Amino acid sequence: MMILYSILILAGLGLVLGLMIAWTAKMFAVEQDPRVEKVLSMLPGANCGGCGFAGCADFAKALAEGRAEVGGCPVSSKEAKGMIASFLGLAVSDSVRKVAVVLCGGSSSLARKAAEYNGISDCRSANLVAGGAKGCRYGCLGLASCARVCPVNAIEILDGLAIVHPELCIGCGKCVKACPRNLIKLVPENAHVHVFCSSRDKGADKKKVCDVPCIGCRKCVKAAGENEMLVEGFLVRTNYEKPPANDLPVRAGCPTNCLQSGFPLAYLKKQGGMPGEKEEKVA
Amino acid sequence: MNFAHDNHIYFYGGIHPDDSKALSASEAIKDAPLLDKYTVIVGQNIGAPPKLLVKKGDTVKKGQKIAEPAGFVSVPLHSPTSGTVSALTDIVGVFGTMASAVEITPDGKDEFCELQKLDWETATPEQVLAKIADAGLVGMGGAAFPTAVKLSPPKTKKIDVLIINGAECEPYLTADYRLMIETPERVLRGAAIFAKVLGVKTIMVGVEANKPDAVEKLRNAGADKFGIEVKSLRVRYPQGAEKQLIYALTGRKVPAGGLPMDVGCVVQNVGTCAAAADAVCEGKPLIERVTTVTGSKVARPGNWRLRLGTPISKALELCGGCKDGVAKIVSGGPMMGLAQISLDTTIMKSSSGILVLGRDEVAQYANQPCIRCGKCVDTCPMELMPGPLSLYVENERFDLAEKEHAMDCMECGSCAFVCPSRRPLVQHFKRAKAEIGAMRKARAAGAAAKGGKG
Repeated sequence: MMILYSILILAGLGLVLGLMIAWTAKMFAVEQDPRVEKVLSMLPGANCGGCGFAGCADFAKALAEGRAEVGGCPVSSKEAKGMIASFLGLAVSDSVRKVAVVLCGGSSSLARKAAEYNGISDCRSANLVAGGAKGCRYGCLGLASCARVCPVNAIEILDGLAIVHPELCIGCGKCVKACPRNLIKLVPENAHVHVFCSSRDKGADKKKVCDVPCIGCRKCVKAAGENEMLVEGFLVRTNYEKPPANDLPVRAGCPTNCLQSGFPLAYLKKQGGMPGEKEEKVA
Repeated sequence: MNFAHDNHIYFYGGIHPDDSKALSASEAIKDAPLLDKYTVIVGQNIGAPPKLLVKKGDTVKKGQKIAEPAGFVSVPLHSPTSGTVSALTDIVGVFGTMASAVEITPDGKDEFCELQKLDWETATPEQVLAKIADAGLVGMGGAAFPTAVKLSPPKTKKIDVLIINGAECEPYLTADYRLMIETPERVLRGAAIFAKVLGVKTIMVGVEANKPDAVEKLRNAGADKFGIEVKSLRVRYPQGAEKQLIYALTGRKVPAGGLPMDVGCVVQNVGTCAAAADAVCEGKPLIERVTTVTGSKVARPGNWRLRLGTPISKALELCGGCKDGVAKIVSGGPMMGLAQISLDTTIMKSSSGILVLGRDEVAQYANQPCIRCGKCVDTCPMELMPGPLSLYVENERFDLAEKEHAMDCMECGSCAFVCPSRRPLVQHFKRAKAEIGAMRKARAAGAAAKGGKG
């Protein structure tokens, strides 16, 4: 008898509680877009925050709700973006993958120092103390603020100069924000020719503090096609809308070697390659 | 060393570093000979840099206005000598960044332009204030805040105490000390002028007790006649910091994030007083100041009356140059001064000193971890917690740093001075203040955008 009662009570209890669960599930159900999970599975899952949302899940939700564009993800491949776009029935903007590049070639051995710095090892802190120790007030301070924020370790500090490895870079843009000197730019993946200098000083002044400045001689502008290289004051810039061919540094004969394909001179020297021989590997 | 002092209220914390004032304390103020070139930095004051009135090739007279104020918090700038404007250039400024400057080549005559004197005792306070504003006066203790702005508090703030800062608590510096013992009457007259503008009856001069002769001279020079009370203060760095000085003299505490006028006080440096006396009684604008050139690596330390635009290199030459083994040249004192990267930087209205230090005197930071000993908390005169604050900054939690009042840090350096881990605490707080400032700006912009929509 005892056993029977026990079974009946427990079964009854189970039934009541079960019904309560069923009722709450129905009453307080959270409407969830089933597409969010699907979109999330198609995103890279790097959670880099490059899209401006709090990670991939947040971005997926924003996509499903129409608050974001597929092109907003800097990391996804073109195919993945196409898949997401067709799944959500959105138009995919034709975006080229972007990678970061540090537009300074003044490594410790190539650029001079104005002072000794022994404070906090962080570019943003150093920049507040007399603008850092570097002679060039535009140059890379080399204290790795960018490298520390990089989620994929794509930035190397070589001889006091930050160098982005484009094959590792996911283009999230965190380093761009971290650099107090605004040296880092996001450029299309297919643009390899860069002027590794950002100094707006006069050529002669730049030469005093650095061995590899852009002196604005315009040799590269003449050697390049129309509008491929742009002159901005005493500085020449690659037109990233219309990048020049990879052999431009060889053709132009840049007198200071600040015009390079792929990597700045300091890196090429370390690799043992002479300037201009690097294109095949990079391209 | 302990000296008798008359104040019985002590501010919290602080330190007592070796003051090294003996190097230059006995050197009388000397006038520097006329140089062959002066490069006057245009933006010398806190607030908007003034707008230039001259162009290349113009001839100027000594004391002629070469730039006019660009806004309320701004001051005019005057030529340090007569001559021609030979160039408008950019030089490395005292902060290590480029600053625009006017290069003046003297004609050797050193002729003043026409000076307008004012009888301050009969003039109205408005006239005196206008005269002070026109003379380009700024706080000469180091902050370079426009004096006229400080003297015109909003109507809602009732000012009843004027405090004259003669503490000179920074080690090494003796410029204010020399000023007080050589020309005490100028200091007192300047104080009386400020009191008239503010309509204040209570005037106090605070001098650290390690300068008993300055207290004596000020008292003998007729402080009573002007109704000025000269008080000797406990020797403790940073006794000369505005908020600490107010507390020591009046017992009033400036609220966090507040200004001296919130407790009815205005604080002026003794150098500013002397400059105000010259500006009003003689009509001379601010074109020169007393600067202490000192340090163990200076051949002959001294106190010099230098004109604005004198390069640091020339100032050092006056003192017989530097000895071997110079490691660091600082503009200002050792605690709050700024390390310089160029000797072409020129003397500004706020340059209280040039300090030349040797290798063994320069701190080598190793940035060790905080051991949480709490020494910095005992020391911070603003009653902050420097240790935990620096950890917030290291982890980029500027929101937490703001909550813990990082903005109240005055960068006096007391915490870094006592830190056994030799952490560069002040640099952390400089970063925090810059980041919090940017955060607040963004927040204000966001709020404005929202308000616009709604």
